[in-house]
Amino acid sequence: MRVAATLLRRDLATLLPGRQGGTLLPLLFFLAVAMLYPFAVGPDPQLLARTGGGVIWVAALLAAILPLDRLLASDFQSGFFDQWAMRGIAEELVVAIRLLAHWLSFGPPLMLAALPAAALLGLDGRTLAIVELGLLAGTPGLAAIGIIIAALTLGLRSAGMALAGLLLIPLAVPLLVFGAGALSTGGTSGVALCGAISLVLVALAPFAGGAAIRAARES
Amino acid sequence: MQAALTATGLVCRRGDRLLWGPLELALAPGQALHLTGPNGIGKTSLLRIAAGLLRPFAGAVERSGAFALLDGALALDEHQPLDAALAFWRRMDGGPMPLERLGLHTLLDVPVRYLSTGQRKRAALARLIGQGARHWLLDEPLNGLDDAGVALVETLIAERRAQGGAVIVASHQPIALDGAAVMDLRTHAA
Repeated sequence: MRVAATLLRRDLATLLPGRQGGTLLPLLFFLAVAMLYPFAVGPDPQLLARTGGGVIWVAALLAAILPLDRLLASDFQSGFFDQWAMRGIAEELVVAIRLLAHWLSFGPPLMLAALPAAALLGLDGRTLAIVELGLLAGTPGLAAIGIIIAALTLGLRSAGMALAGLLLIPLAVPLLVFGAGALSTGGTSGVALCGAISLVLVALAPFAGGAAIRAARES
Repeated sequence: MQAALTATGLVCRRGDRLLWGPLELALAPGQALHLTGPNGIGKTSLLRIAAGLLRPFAGAVERSGAFALLDGALALDEHQPLDAALAFWRRMDGGPMPLERLGLHTLLDVPVRYLSTGQRKRAALARLIGQGARHWLLDEPLNGLDDAGVALVETLIAERRAQGGAVIVASHQPIALDGAAVMDLRTHAA
């Protein structure tokens, strides 16, 4: 328990936006997309209202990729994972806590930023509610995909980042299909499926990530 | 007395090169082993296999008791002041770190990335001692240290051994270890 609390405290200190090391970039990126989109497609309120929810989703997906390169690689290279292993701390525990901190650093801030983004795109209250519900259901899954990919690309050094971005996109498609798809069907069944996919990914991530870190050590 | 570390039939392969082996190791509590050999012979690999971080190509390692590892990776947050960076491991391990003895007490507010090579090694030693593990695996512990630092490491190793710890030191530099076995990996090279 003391180990978990110590790990979480350090992870939050390095990942939370505005703190040392953490960055506001994903949030600003998200808001920039929402701000620039109306300029790009023109000020047609109906078009904006119809497509705005989807744009928020795509922006959220891309914002989730931005911090991937500092999620695990720097700790791996500076020997933290070796030292944790020497203390008998499982990689799975470290990854699970990193996953929680990663989600906290972009999930809730993104849900907050979706409020001004919805205003900029002229979304109505009902659509906004589905977007927010969908983000709540989908962002843990995005965080889990992110951490799995960060772990899988550990052995690739600098070339890993380009690959990481490419790998994330097909894996994120199911989340996007159901999460953003709920906007057009109007019900919450899509959100529920999105949440189910998220739960599976979150359950898998610590084990996949832990195995990937151990494999990277051998390379 | 139970051995701290026993290795049987160890063979090390990195990539498609066979580095060394097969070799046998048996280290009793209080014993020290000095690994020597030129760069690239596989000293670090042997230490990492002994630590359980690397799987040997063949053979098995048995450990009893906690091991601590000191290697080239500092495992301290570079942007943080030394005090805060060490505090992370202090919270995790709960052991005391003899900062004054290591000459670190005047550097506590200096960010880790500004420390010199020798100071970084001293900080790594603080982390090593703070872990409170019984046995030590040290990879080039003398790199970058001044004469006083070398003497300090030799004393620290002697103290660890006096408390029943086994120590393996991989170093191409001479190090004074009282009654330590010396293993030249060249004699085991494949």
